[in-house]
Amino acid sequence: MTWVNAIVQGILNGGLYALFATGLSLAFGVMRFVNLAHGDLAVLSGYLVLSWAGLFGDNYWVTMVFVAAVMAGVGYLAQRVMFNRTLGDDPLPGILASFGLAIVIQNVLLEHYSATDKIIPLGDIVVRSIRITDQIAIGWYPLLILVVAVAVLAALQIFLSFTRLGRAFRATADDPSTAQLMGINYRHLYGIAMAISFAAVALAGFFNGARTPFTPLTGGLLLLFAFEAVVIGGLGSLWGTLLGGIVLGVAQSMGNQVSVGSGILVGHLVFLAVLLLRPRGLLGSEARS
Amino acid sequence: MSEQETAPAATTAPHRISRWSAPSTVGTSAFTLVFIVLALLPWWGSASTQFTLVEVLYYLALAQMWNLLAGYAGLVSVGQQAFVGIGAYAVFLLAERNGVDPWLAMVIAGAIAAALSVPVAFLTFKLVGGYFAIATWVIAEVIRLTVLEIDSIGAGNVQSFTVANTWSGYSLETRSDLIYWVALALAAGATVVAVLIARSRLGLALQAARDSAPGARGLGVNVMRTKLVVWVVAAGWTGMTGALIHLNTSTVTTDDAFSVTSWTALVIFIVVIGGVGSVRGPLIGVAIYWFISEQFEDSDTWRFIILGSAATLMALVSREGVDGLLQRIRPFEIFPIRRRLLLDGDGDADDEGTDAAR
Repeated sequence: MTWVNAIVQGILNGGLYALFATGLSLAFGVMRFVNLAHGDLAVLSGYLVLSWAGLFGDNYWVTMVFVAAVMAGVGYLAQRVMFNRTLGDDPLPGILASFGLAIVIQNVLLEHYSATDKIIPLGDIVVRSIRITDQIAIGWYPLLILVVAVAVLAALQIFLSFTRLGRAFRATADDPSTAQLMGINYRHLYGIAMAISFAAVALAGFFNGARTPFTPLTGGLLLLFAFEAVVIGGLGSLWGTLLGGIVLGVAQSMGNQVSVGSGILVGHLVFLAVLLLRPRGLLGSEARS
Repeated sequence: MSEQETAPAATTAPHRISRWSAPSTVGTSAFTLVFIVLALLPWWGSASTQFTLVEVLYYLALAQMWNLLAGYAGLVSVGQQAFVGIGAYAVFLLAERNGVDPWLAMVIAGAIAAALSVPVAFLTFKLVGGYFAIATWVIAEVIRLTVLEIDSIGAGNVQSFTVANTWSGYSLETRSDLIYWVALALAAGATVVAVLIARSRLGLALQAARDSAPGARGLGVNVMRTKLVVWVVAAGWTGMTGALIHLNTSTVTTDDAFSVTSWTALVIFIVVIGGVGSVRGPLIGVAIYWFISEQFEDSDTWRFIILGSAATLMALVSREGVDGLLQRIRPFEIFPIRRRLLLDGDGDADDEGTDAAR
């Protein structure tokens, strides 16, 4: 029964990882760009929620919406001003610029908030749960995160499949130069993709920050989790990202079941196994490379 | 008619191809001179200068190796801290626990890091760009977490190199002088290794593979093997440097030995600010690093903010870094890498080969 419980909790955690991975997956899918500052942006968003909650009468949910909107704006600007300059066949400038940004964010946060850990105080909801059996309980909060993750992914899927802008996204992802010939301004489009990516990671940073204490140095690990979820699930597949997050979550909670504290290591090992045995991921399409 | 006669004459005119030019002769002499002056530092410099220089020198060694990977082989690793950490724990186990002479232990630690880099390459070499970068980082984390699980190493606790074990037979003064000289040897050695690789067939193959992998393959370059050689050399040298770094601080902790910020981010900043893809880049970068860290001696965070912002800016503006800017103002050479076609009688040189930069 403890194993069943481990799997259930793992699936619930997977929702959070999928939420972390969504923005990373979108940015890679649309512009082949791996943003190494992704995790630090989540941490930054967590701190912003704490700092700005006073403006909204300490209502953290409203603050979260505001922070996500601000981060979307920052994402658009970051893409237009910075990352659009790194496009091209050589991945080096993009990696270096985003890695530099990651370290700068970490240290600005250290300078401003110090290294003590913080948590977003959401109150009761974080600890309440539904009791299924004596050993298994489903927490309301992880369940909420999973629902939010599915909703975000579904909204993104609908956006990409059925809207004009979504079609432009897919066209640009397939062939940027032809898309440009068809009158699509890819620089603006990439800006919007990054705005969505930043907003999604802000959401993830909020949900994570209310559940687990964080410090300015938490971002690196969050980036690795997001990346692992994307790769396990498979590139170019949004639902793969959800599956990847869940597989990572289950791997970690089963690892912790075997030996407390080894969950993260087991998660990494599952990621490496997928990389070795199924480099395209569980749901990755053969056509894209 | 007369043109037809002079044209073939020109191609058969006496010529030779040389890497040595007046600037590179001056540059290499200056490098050698600086090396000699620095080697004599224990007799003319203060103990605090010597102490600071150890750090600058091991960062130069790490930077030359990262530059070989990213600038020459196109292997943008964010996981080099794995090899620093392996070197640190290997030298600890050998010298402190098993009585091996620390310097012999350092060399063996390098060999161990080099050997362990082969399976890492096997896992990651299929990946490109950002994928490769994060995968190397994950593997460094796997190694760190695995080391933490091994109780016999006592990881998780602070481990120390003691006078009784590691340093038995060394006086305090010879110890600090030796650490300094070995740091100097690792830094100068890393630079020479980078120059030799850039000059060799291997360097040519790397540049070809970096510019176009299919093209290079068509010319008979075994791209994977070429990259693997550089990867293993860099891992081994990074491992030795990691061993020295921890002999210098005389303690080992998992968090510090496998620190991505200390041993990879800072190194990347040094190379990117100096200039990726040229042996000069890390030399210039480490000088700038030295200057900045003197200005922000008491604040690590500000040091990282300044260097990180500069590196980010450089990545967006110019891949050649400060070296590239200087070259644009006034071209100079330090090492004889670039081939030149020298026609008899005139000193004018045509660039034939390329420096690795670009």
